[in-house]
Parts: sequence; structure tokens; C-alpha cells
Amino acid sequence: MAMKFEKTGEGTYMLDVCGYVCPHPQIYCKKSLEKMSEGDVVEVILDNPSSVETIMQMCDQVGHDVLDKKTEGGKIHMKIKKG
Amino acid sequence: MENEEKKNKMWAFLITGALILISFMYYKANVFYMYLIAYIWFGFTYGMMLQYGRFCFASASRDLFAAGVPRMAVGVLVALMFFSIIQATLASTNMSTFHAAPFGIHTLIAGLIFGMGMVLAGGCASGSLYKIGEGNMTSAVAAFFGLCIGQAVFVDVNWFNPLIPQSWVDSAARKVASGFPPADKMSSSFDTYLAGYVWDKPSIQLSHEKVFSEAFPGVAKYFVADALINAIIPATVLLVVIYYFFMRKGFIKKRAKQKGGQTGFGDHVAGVWNMITASKRTTIMGVIIGIVAGLHILVMKGMQIRFGVNNFGQLLTRMDKAGDITLKAGEVSVKGTIFDPGYWYITSQEGQLGAWVLEKFGWNMRDNIFFGVNNGLPEPVRNPALWMSIGIIFGAMVMARLSNEFKFKMPKGELWVWGLVGGILMGWGSRPSLGCNIGAFFIRIAGGDPSGWLYGVGMIGGAFIGVKFFNWWSERKMAKEMESF
Repeated sequence: MAMKFEKTGEGTYMLDVCGYVCPHPQIYCKKSLEKMSEGDVVEVILDNPSSVETIMQMCDQVGHDVLDKKTEGGKIHMKIKKG
Repeated sequence: MENEEKKNKMWAFLITGALILISFMYYKANVFYMYLIAYIWFGFTYGMMLQYGRFCFASASRDLFAAGVPRMAVGVLVALMFFSIIQATLASTNMSTFHAAPFGIHTLIAGLIFGMGMVLAGGCASGSLYKIGEGNMTSAVAAFFGLCIGQAVFVDVNWFNPLIPQSWVDSAARKVASGFPPADKMSSSFDTYLAGYVWDKPSIQLSHEKVFSEAFPGVAKYFVADALINAIIPATVLLVVIYYFFMRKGFIKKRAKQKGGQTGFGDHVAGVWNMITASKRTTIMGVIIGIVAGLHILVMKGMQIRFGVNNFGQLLTRMDKAGDITLKAGEVSVKGTIFDPGYWYITSQEGQLGAWVLEKFGWNMRDNIFFGVNNGLPEPVRNPALWMSIGIIFGAMVMARLSNEFKFKMPKGELWVWGLVGGILMGWGSRPSLGCNIGAFFIRIAGGDPSGWLYGVGMIGGAFIGVKFFNWWSERKMAKEMESF
């Protein structure tokens, strides 16, 4: 198991933290967003439901937009635009 | 997808059905087992609520420091306030099973160790149990190797003797010379710590202190001293502090944008309210958990009155005398008791399970105060508090299945290390304080015991150190990942 943070295009990133449990997904998500520029989008893939609530509230507080959130095959995909 | 949902529902019904069947079998075996059945179902209810509200005390301080998110801290404080009112009501009607703990710096130190552990393990003592119910096996590693085995080892070894001051040794020796504790139950560092230090410390419950019992005579002392002064006012102050440091800036900025101008005191009040209601799921569960924890005390006290006992060990002894069961030597303590808190509690029963396992490998676990004098070491099948923990796991599993959130996840790589180290720190951090985030923090504060706050301060400090460590660790990993950008 390894965390993956990749640049998938111009201003787009992918963070895969599947297999990780609290608090790792939220910490990696926060750190990824810190590394990105305003307007960039990251797709976060995780399978720890407890972390989703924290990430959602973190985005709301800081001003990032959660563009999409869906569950596929036990994995949660979130698209977040840095605000 | 539909098949998965059907499968999950089927599992939820199967687990619930199995627990109903087990309860029925206990009831048929002996009516005294109603006591144990009550623990099972309160555990089950806690499990469902914890999973639904994602209620984890580790998350309360960790997410504040790691992500600036106060959701869980708010939930815990709300639960605390409601639970304190119920506790006061029970105390005023003489229906409370609560007892204050020895007050001292040991509580703060234990909280610090526990706090670091819960961040590393990814969940507190109760959080780890509900996460096992979600299929998270990192939490199972933390619970089994840390809270069960780690705790049992901690109370039975003399590894810490070099740290023990002579005054504790002398104080313990004086007690042994006067007949209690029995000399054959003094074998570990923890025994000397208990008999030579902890037992000499005063227990404080605000309503029992002269200053409060004189100022607020009758039942008012429970509501004013225990609930209002010890729980509600400090919790409210903490809510305001959390708002000030973590929410105020963002909220007021948004508010000013909406209003197109100046903001005032009313906007800050709205901000605190917004923070409390930001995660309805967690806050509502906070309220309900507070109420259920109070109901639990009422039911256990009712059972004790009904059966004319104050500990389940007495019922086990009665069943043994009637020939319904055969108790082995040392299942109940020298006082005729077993661990039976009478309310929500997590760690001691897990220590008992760990000790029971270690005994299967030939380790004598009954030659110490913790198991031999205070808590006994019953077979797991007749350990009511352990059934509460099992109930929590299955309650959470049912809730996770019903919301299609169950996923069996074995720990991989570094998670083994975090689970193990975190679990052991939690186990070792819950013993010196005689409780964990539930028994030493939540229950005590709501019951009017200020040592709960001492443990809380330690826990928050420990969580802060844990988060600092993880920040450093994840920063290193991120830098590695970004090398190719």
C-alpha cells in the first residue's frame, strides 16, 4: 500500500489514499491542496468513510469547492477545486 | 450494486438475530444474566450511534489540529453537556452508579500517552471498536495487541520498578502489613503504583465538596456543582474558544460578504450556532449518546436494586452456589467482585480479555491487584463489560452494513506499525488513570469529577504531538511523490 499523488494534466491532480484509515486521508488531502494553485482540481480516491465528513467540512471552511462526490465499488471519489 | 445492498441488509439482520438469540439463551440459562444482556444491548446501541455519528474522541482533537475541523470536538462537548444533566438527575434520585477517581498528576500524564496513541492508531478506545465494526482491521490490531494484550501485560510486569519512588514502596508495604491488599497480590510495578500512590490520592466530586454542598443544599448541588460548574460551563467556554481559533475568521468573512458590510456580536453568536449545527449527524448523535449513556446508568442501577447486589460478581457467586455455573478460582476477585462499572466503559474489560488470552499461554495473571483484587478475571462468556464491547462492534457493524459502508480492510505496510504502537500507547495510557477517553474523560466530567478535565488536557496534548508527528511524516512522503512534477 502506498499513497499516490500525481499530476494528471495542466492544473489537475490525483490523490489515491485507498487502504489508509484516519487521520491519513484528511492529512494527505489537506497537504495536496496546500501544494496546488488556486483553481486547480484534485481527484481524491479513498475508502475510509469517516474521513469524507472531515474533508467536506475542511473544504467548506477553507473555501474549496467539492465539485463531485460519488461511491464506486467501495471507493469514494471526490473532485475538489482549490479556492 | 443492488446485490451488495441486499447482502449488507442480510448481514445486518443476521447479526442482530444472532445477538437476540444469544440474549435469549442467556435468559433461559439464568434470569441473573439479564444483567449481562442489558450490557450487550447498550453496547449495541452505542455501536450504532458511534458509527452513524462517526463519533470518535481521537477525531475531536486530531481533526482540529490536523485539518482545522471542529465537527467532532463540538459533538463530544454537546454529548458531555447532555450527559451531565442526566447524570445529575440520576444522582439526585440516588440512581447513579458513578464514582469519582483518585485525583493527581498521574491522570494528566496518562492522558498524554493515551492521546498520542489514539492519533497513531487512528481511533480512540471506543472509536477503535466501532471502526472494527466497519471492517477496519488496523483498529482491530490496536484493540487486540494494545488495549487487550498491552494493558494486561502493563498491570502484571515489574519493568517499571526503577521509576517507582521509595515513598510509594513504603506506603504499599504499610498497607500490606495491615492486611490489605493481600501480599500474594503484590507482584507488579502497577501494584505498587496503585497501593502506594493512587490509593493515597483524594477523590473529588464537586457535589460532595463542603463548599458546594453547603452553598447548594439538597439535590441542587448535583445540577449546579456537578453538571453546570464541572461540565456545562467549561464545555461552553471550550466551544467559544474553538469557534474563536478555528471558525471565526472564515465565518465572519463569509458573513461580511453576504451582508456587504460590518459584522457584530450577533454574527459571532450565529457563528457559534453555525459551528454546532454544521454537522447535524454528529451533533444529534452527541445529544442522543448523552441521553443513552444516562439511561444506561439508570438501567444498571435498577438491575442492582432488583437483584439486591452492587456488582455482577455477586450474581456469579450466587449462580455458582446454586450449581448453575462452576466458577474457577480467581474468576471473581478476593472481594467477590468482577469488573462491572455500571456505565459506559471500554478499556478494563479489554485488559481482562488480554489477560485471559495470556493465561492460555501459561502466564499467571491473577497475582496482581488489578485482576486479583479489583476486577477479577471471569471467563469471557460471563464478563458483562466485555459483552458491552462486543455489542459496540456488532452495533457498529449493523449500522455500517445498513448504510453500505462496511469494508473489510486488512492493515498494510505502515498501518501495522501505527496500529500496534498506537494501541499499546492507548493501553498503557488508560491504566494509570484507571480509564480511557470514556471512563477517565467523558464519564468523569459529566459526573462532577474534575480529574476528567485533567485527563482531557493530557489527551489533547498527546493528540497535538501525534498530529505534529504525522504532519512531519506525510510531508516527507508528499515531497517524494512530487519529485517527478
